[in-house]
Amino acid sequence: MKIIVPIKQVPETSNVKMDPETGTVIRAGVETVVNPLDLYALETALRLKEQHGGTVTALSMGPPQAVKALKEAVAMGCDDAVLVSDRKFGGSDTWATSYTLAQAVKKIGDYDLIIAGERATDGDTAQVGPGIASWLDIPVATYVARIETVKDKHIVLERLVEDGYQILSLPLPCLMTVVKEIAAPRLPTLGGKIRARELTIPVFSTENMELEPAALGLKGSPTKVVKIDTPKVTRGGKVVRAGDDEAVVSAVDELMSFLEAKGIV
Amino acid sequence: MSFVWTIAEQHDGKLRDVSFELLARGRKLADKLGTKLASVLIGDKVGEQAMEELIRRGADEVYSIQDPRLANFVCESYARVLTRVIKTYQPSIILAAATSSGRTLMPYLAIKVTAGLTADCTELDIEEGTGNLLQTRPAIGGNIMATIKTPDHRPQMATVRPKSSRPLPADASRSGKIIAVPVTDDMIDGRATVVGYRKDATDFVNVEEADIVVAGGKGLKKGDNFTMIRTLADSFGGVVGASREAVDRGWIGYPHQIGLSGKTISPKLYIGVGISGSIQHLAGIKTSEIIVSVNSDPDASLHKVADFGIVGDAFQVVPEIQRRMDRRNGGAK
Ligand SMILES: Cc1cc2nc3c(=O)[nH]c(=O)nc-3n(C[C@H](O)[C@H](O)[C@H](O)COP(=O)(O)OP(=O)(O)OC[C@H]3O[C@@H](n4cnc5c(N)ncnc54)[C@H](O)[C@@H]3O)c2cc1C
Ligand SMILES: Nc1ncnc2c1ncn2[C@@H]1O[C@H](COP(=O)(O)O)[C@@H](O)[C@H]1O
Repeated sequence: MKIIVPIKQVPETSNVKMDPETGTVIRAGVETVVNPLDLYALETALRLKEQHGGTVTALSMGPPQAVKALKEAVAMGCDDAVLVSDRKFGGSDTWATSYTLAQAVKKIGDYDLIIAGERATDGDTAQVGPGIASWLDIPVATYVARIETVKDKHIVLERLVEDGYQILSLPLPCLMTVVKEIAAPRLPTLGGKIRARELTIPVFSTENMELEPAALGLKGSPTKVVKIDTPKVTRGGKVVRAGDDEAVVSAVDELMSFLEAKGIV
Repeated sequence: MSFVWTIAEQHDGKLRDVSFELLARGRKLADKLGTKLASVLIGDKVGEQAMEELIRRGADEVYSIQDPRLANFVCESYARVLTRVIKTYQPSIILAAATSSGRTLMPYLAIKVTAGLTADCTELDIEEGTGNLLQTRPAIGGNIMATIKTPDHRPQMATVRPKSSRPLPADASRSGKIIAVPVTDDMIDGRATVVGYRKDATDFVNVEEADIVVAGGKGLKKGDNFTMIRTLADSFGGVVGASREAVDRGWIGYPHQIGLSGKTISPKLYIGVGISGSIQHLAGIKTSEIIVSVNSDPDASLHKVADFGIVGDAFQVVPEIQRRMDRRNGGAK
């Protein structure tokens, strides 16, 4: 089974900033990591490979530094990795990103399964996974929490939905996005780290990919960010102390009147 | 005519509340644009009554697309159906709920119809002059609000966070048209099939669509103490949420997790008990209408974003709140 895992390099969640002019994330000087939710996708892929054989390829679109994320994926056990990188891809929204990644998947070719993260912690749209599936015209299953079986070129899995789990059977090739519940990600191994250090990661760009120029980057993106606001962090709320029994009673009194005034109780 | 559309959601033939929330959003936009509001209902054997309900809640038209093969949500078929009706009727705006199905369908569909899509909006408006849809969404863990538009592509598509708007009251005097769209074989994609449905008898919640969420964290000390949270949530008519610490310790299931790697919620009331308010947890609750925090640490971050914070021991404060609720709900339950 040949599995491709698209992973995104994202800023550490605790210290991200936005450029108020362009509405894009300022990446300079911020520590980056593999999107934490993509680690579950990598783990799922590696487990499937252990059970059914095959290979796992990590795929990332981003600036040249995104190689770091790919090396981390290799250190975890991926067989190889591909970087999709070109100035012309800059400023892509989810439509253009999923187009470019889908073209990269086609260039890799001959895959059985694509496993993406549920969403990226910076863009936070959860749109790129289904978008890639749509460009490739393959079936998609999102929010996958458990894989039941993989046999006869079909995968049966459980999707976490609003009031339970939907059990779905999909023919391969298909794409799924996974939630945290599916598996706890492994740590990189020493052997993996050594392999990662030595591995040369190929770069796909406008030079060597088949691409429609009008569908790329900021220009090719249907959505435009027009404004960025920073909402106020504090709500100017009230904090009361409930140190002893008496204070607990009066604090709760106050809470109940507050909730009453808000029409909750 | 360039209509505003909403995608109605149903389960087992019953409409979900988000369908009405979307209509409230859509009504405002359609009125501003001076156009009509239509709701698209895909399913099987959904009765006339449900469609009338959509009209009472704000729709001028309902497109009813019904077939046994469309009974359950399957992304590819639903996308094919919508691609067809979009090409026929050419709506200007399509709103869907940011639910497990809306978040799957819309990005798949946006590619097929070459449209822009904004995820998880909490505000929608029409730009003066151009009539473009202004789509505002929290980004970067709720730390910023980004406003996005799609000037050159139609339809303009957005998913809307459940509970971020209130349904309009049902208005029995409203009238509208129900249009049955015939389903042809080429609208069905038979590749993925639903083979079943599992609902754990115990303890399955939909934190995203709840009006009130009472959440517990590591401060509860052990799993058994979630009983206290559950009882409190029940008496508010709400559901139980949790921090990742609580979930990772096995005190409660993952579907309850709120935050960056769990669910994002916008309830009327969120009460966090023994939760510190890490940036990752806050990412999931920032758009709650009212935030209440119960934490023994006066410096806890959750107190800083709360509308009402109680610095105190959860094991004293929660039972006290419970006593008040029991009294209100008519004695001991
Ligand atoms: C990539 C990533 C994703 C993450 N995703 C999520 C996510 O989705 N959701 C999430 O919640 N976290 C997430 N986290 C984890 C997050 O960083 C925190 O570790 C977590 O939210 C802390 O949970 P907590 O508040 O329950 O525990 P703690 O931070 O340990 O806080 C416990 C609180 O309980 C209080 N307390 C103790 N005893 C009492 C008492 N008797 N009465 C009242 N208060 C008491 C303490 O003062 C303290 O403030 C993520 C982290 C990472 C790195
Ligand atoms: N630039 C990228 N390179 C590779 N994979 C990506 C990229 N952006 C998004 N993805 C994948 O798509 C998922 C959803 O991302 P998003 O739609 O941005 O929330 C991520 O978890 C990744 O698996």
